[in-house]
Amino acid sequence: MKARVTVYPRREILDPQGKAIRDALTRVGFSGVDDVRAGKSFEISLGTADPQAAAGQLREMCEKLLANTVVEDYSVEILGGDGAQP
Amino acid sequence: MKCGVVVFPGSNCDHDVYHVLKHVLEQEVAFLWHQDDSLQGCELIVLPGGFAYGDYLRAGALAALSPVMGAVRRHAEAGGLVLGICNGFQVLLEASLLPGAMRRNENLRFQCLDVHLRTERADLPFTRRLRVGQVLRLPIAHAEGNYEDSPARLDALEANGQVVFRYCEPDGRITPESNPNGAARNIAGIVNAGGNVLGLMPHPERCSEAVLGNTDGLALFASAVEAGSRRLQAAGAAR
Repeated sequence: MKARVTVYPRREILDPQGKAIRDALTRVGFSGVDDVRAGKSFEISLGTADPQAAAGQLREMCEKLLANTVVEDYSVEILGGDGAQP
Repeated sequence: MKCGVVVFPGSNCDHDVYHVLKHVLEQEVAFLWHQDDSLQGCELIVLPGGFAYGDYLRAGALAALSPVMGAVRRHAEAGGLVLGICNGFQVLLEASLLPGAMRRNENLRFQCLDVHLRTERADLPFTRRLRVGQVLRLPIAHAEGNYEDSPARLDALEANGQVVFRYCEPDGRITPESNPNGAARNIAGIVNAGGNVLGLMPHPERCSEAVLGNTDGLALFASAVEAGSRRLQAAGAAR
């Protein structure tokens, strides 16, 4: 089973990197970009076929290592099997 | 007193710390490899600056889970002295031995310069040779020293007296201009509730000898060595 974990700076915390990217986007002509949050994405393959068990395991990974929950939020997305049933 | 300097792959200030403890303060010093689960009887543990595990994922995140950190945690919980400098401070945060987290510097630049620090606590094992309000000049060299936590947790940190050093002007005034990285409330160094685990972003090991033109950093190591020796004596007397 494949999954995607996304980690990004918490809303209430200033994201210096996202702000610099937003300013650069504005500079190259993309007007109306209100906000950019720069985060990380992880594609993870798991042995399990149970989406619920997988989601639980991924959240645990985020709490323990993938995200620093003092300053980061995360989301977990199950992408389905390796070409098999989603 | 025996001191231990932890070496992660990517540590690069380990020899500087070793030099100050061994040759300037004439203490017994051991390097402690990140894969070892033993502190070899060391009383003062220093987590040095550098880029442990290449700063992969987040600065300090992977180092915080290395075997030696299990031993460091037990040492800290037993009241042993732990000093984290720069990347070592980041490791202590990721290991939850200190509260809060680091973000990229506000201006996104690697900041390499001398800063001034105001001493907020002089009653700690690491600061007993300093005075409250004393201003030190120490170098910083980091890209992620922008200390952050929730307002409520920052308030608690201040109320508990856990802020040890703040970025300041040469005369000790705390100003936004003297803050090199955007750190909340100009925080440069904090201590745990027990007072035995200190983390700071500036590098005292780079200014602990007259030949380097600045000895402001030596008081931290000298204080820790003195406090550690007393702790050992007290433990010996209790036996």
